[in-house]
Amino acid sequence: MKIIVIGLNHKTADVDVREKLAFNGEKLEQGLLRIRQLPGIDEAIVLSTCNRVEIYSNVKDPEKAFDAIKTFLSDFHDLDSAALEKSLYFLQDRDAVKHVFRVGSSLDSMVVGEPQILGQLKDAFEFALEKKTTGILLNRLMKKTISVAKRVRTDTKIAENAVSISFAAVELARKIFTDLSEKSFMLLGAGEMAELAAKHMMSFGVKGVTVANRTFERGCELAKEFNGRAIKFEDFLKELAHSDIVICSTGAPAYLLHKEEMQRVMKERRQRPVFIIDISVPRNIDPGINDLDNVYLYDVDDLQGVVETNVMERKKEAGKAEDIVAEEIASFEKWISSLDSVPTVVALRNKAEDIKREELERLMNKFPELGEKERKAIEYMANAITNKLIHPPTVALREDVEDKDALIAAVRKLYALNGNDEKQ
Amino acid sequence: MGVLLFELSLTFYFAATIVSIVELFRGSKATSRLILIFAVVGFVFHTASIIARYVIAGHLPITSLHEASSFFAWCIVLIFFFLEYRYKLDLLGPFTMPLVFILMLSSSVFPREIKELSPVLRSYWLGIHTSLAFLGNAAFAMAFGISIMYLVQEHHLKTKHLGGLFQRLPSLQILDEVNYKLIILGFPLLTLAIITGALWAESAWGSYWRWDPKEVWSLITWFIYVLVLHARLTAGWRGRKAAVLSIVGFLSVLFTFFGVNLLLKGLHAFV
Repeated sequence: MKIIVIGLNHKTADVDVREKLAFNGEKLEQGLLRIRQLPGIDEAIVLSTCNRVEIYSNVKDPEKAFDAIKTFLSDFHDLDSAALEKSLYFLQDRDAVKHVFRVGSSLDSMVVGEPQILGQLKDAFEFALEKKTTGILLNRLMKKTISVAKRVRTDTKIAENAVSISFAAVELARKIFTDLSEKSFMLLGAGEMAELAAKHMMSFGVKGVTVANRTFERGCELAKEFNGRAIKFEDFLKELAHSDIVICSTGAPAYLLHKEEMQRVMKERRQRPVFIIDISVPRNIDPGINDLDNVYLYDVDDLQGVVETNVMERKKEAGKAEDIVAEEIASFEKWISSLDSVPTVVALRNKAEDIKREELERLMNKFPELGEKERKAIEYMANAITNKLIHPPTVALREDVEDKDALIAAVRKLYALNGNDEKQ
Repeated sequence: MGVLLFELSLTFYFAATIVSIVELFRGSKATSRLILIFAVVGFVFHTASIIARYVIAGHLPITSLHEASSFFAWCIVLIFFFLEYRYKLDLLGPFTMPLVFILMLSSSVFPREIKELSPVLRSYWLGIHTSLAFLGNAAFAMAFGISIMYLVQEHHLKTKHLGGLFQRLPSLQILDEVNYKLIILGFPLLTLAIITGALWAESAWGSYWRWDPKEVWSLITWFIYVLVLHARLTAGWRGRKAAVLSIVGFLSVLFTFFGVNLLLKGLHAFV
C-alpha cells in the first residue's frame, strides 16, 4: 500500500514529448483501465493536461510499479523508452503526496496560482471514480488535495493578482470605475488580443460595446458576437466622448489619437474618467494623453509591467502556500498510518474493554447487595460477550486480504475508532 | 469622572491609530475589524465624557479649545461610522483615525477647566451654531481623508506602479463620489453655521457681521467650497482637481479653527 506518482510536466519535457504522451479522448479510458490492470497496481488516476501527464497510483511495490507503468507508457504511446525515461519523474510516499498537493494548489503550474489545474484534477478524479479505478487511498488523497487547494486559495493571495495582460486590464478598470456594468466600452480595431480583453470585460458585466474597425464588415461581425453595434472607423473620435473604456489594437503605423484631440474629447465628456488600453504595436495613441486629468492610458509594456509585478507577488505568496502543504502532508500521513491493521486491532480491543468496564461498574454500583459469586459470574459473562463480539473483526483484520485498506477503514468507521482527528 | 472617560476614549483612539498604521503596512480583515472595534469603544467613552461635561457646565461643552477639539473629533468619528456603514471603503480607518487621535491629543493639551460662560453667550444659539459648524467641519475632514486616498490611488494608476496600497484602496470613482457627497453634506451645514452665527451675533452684540478673523476665515473657507462645487458642476472639475481643492478647503477649516484662535485675536477668542 504505497502512493506513487509517475509523470512529466512542462519543466521536464518539451511540448512535442508532452503531446505524444497525452491521454486524449478515448485514450484516457483505455489507458486508465489498462494501468489499473497492471500487476501490483491497486488504484490509478490519470491526469492529462497540456502542461502535464501524471499517473497517481496505489501500488504494492513501487519499484516494480514504476517499471511496469513506464513500459506500459512507451508501448501505449509508441515512444522510445530510453527517451521517455529522461523526461519522467518517479515519486513515492511523502514525496508523491507532496507533489499531488502542490499540483492541485497550482504551485507546480507554469503560471503559479492559475486556477484551471484544480478543475482538471477534479475531472481526472471524477473520471477515475466513474471507471472505478480508485479505492480508499486515492479517493482520500484526492479529496484532501482539493481541500488543501481551497485552503491555499483562501489563506494566501496566490491567485489574487492578474497574471495575464487581459486580466490585468480588467483589474485596472475595476480600480478606476466602481461598477463596470454601467460603463460603455469601445473596441478600436478588431484584433485577437482586443477580442480576448473584450471577453474578459464582458464577463465583468461591461455592457454597450461599440466596435470601430477599418473594415466595417469585420467590425459588424465582432459587434454581433458581443451584442454591440459597429460604427465607421472615422467616427471613433465622436464615439470617444461616450466611451468609458477603450481597447485599441489597429495596425496603423502612426498615432490615431493626439493629446489636443483628447483634450477636446475630455471637455465634451465633462472630465468623466476614461481608461484607454493601447495594445497595438507600434502604438496608436499618443502616450502624452496619460498626462491629462482623468485619462488613464496603458500600453502593452505597461500591462506587461503590471503582470510582472503580480507574478513576483505570487511567488512571495507561494512560500506561504508551501507551508500549508507541509502542514497538510503531516495530517495526511497520520491518517495513512491509522490504516495499518495492528493499531486498529488494539483500538478495537481497548474500546471493547472500556465499554465492558464502564457497564460493569454501573451495574455493581446499582446492586451493591450482590455477593462475590454473582459478581464473578456477571464479569465472566461480560468478558465472554465482548470477546465473542470482537473476535471475528480481529481475525478478519489479521488476514491478508485484497482490499485490506477498505476493510480497516470500514472497521474504524463502524466501531467509531477514529476519534477527533478523523472527521470527514 | 469626565476626565477618566476622556482619557479612556483617547486611549482607544490611540489604539485604533496604532492598528491603522499596521493596517497600512500589512492589512487583513482582522486589522480593519480591530480599528472599528477600538473606534466604537473610544466613541462610547467619548460620548459619555461629553455628556458628563454637559451636565456639569449646563451647556454644550464647546466653549474652550479643549472642549471644541474634542467635539470636533467626536463629529468626525460619527461621520466615519456612517461611511463605514454606508460604503464600507477599504482603508478608510487608517485615513481617519490618525486625524481623530491628533485632535484628541491637542484637546488633551489645552487647559481643561470649565470656565464661566459670559452672559452674552448664554443662548440657545450656542448649541445650534456650534453643532452645525462642527458637523460641517467633520464632513470636510472626512472629505479630506478620502481625497488623500484618491490622490494616492490616482498616483498609483498614473505612474503605473501598482504595488503598495493599490490593491486595497477603493476605486477612483467611488472615492470621487464620496468626496463630492461629503462636500454636499458639509456645505449647507457650514452655510447654516455662518447664518446662525450672524443671527446670534446680532442678538448678542447688536450687529450681524463685524469682520472679526473667525468670520473672515469662515467666509474664505465657504468660498473655497463654493469653488469646489461650482467648478465641478460647470467645468467638470472632478477627480484629482476636486481632491486637491477638498484638501485646500480642509486646511482652511483647520486654520479657521486653530489658527484664528491661537494666532489672531477676535470676538471668537473664547473658542
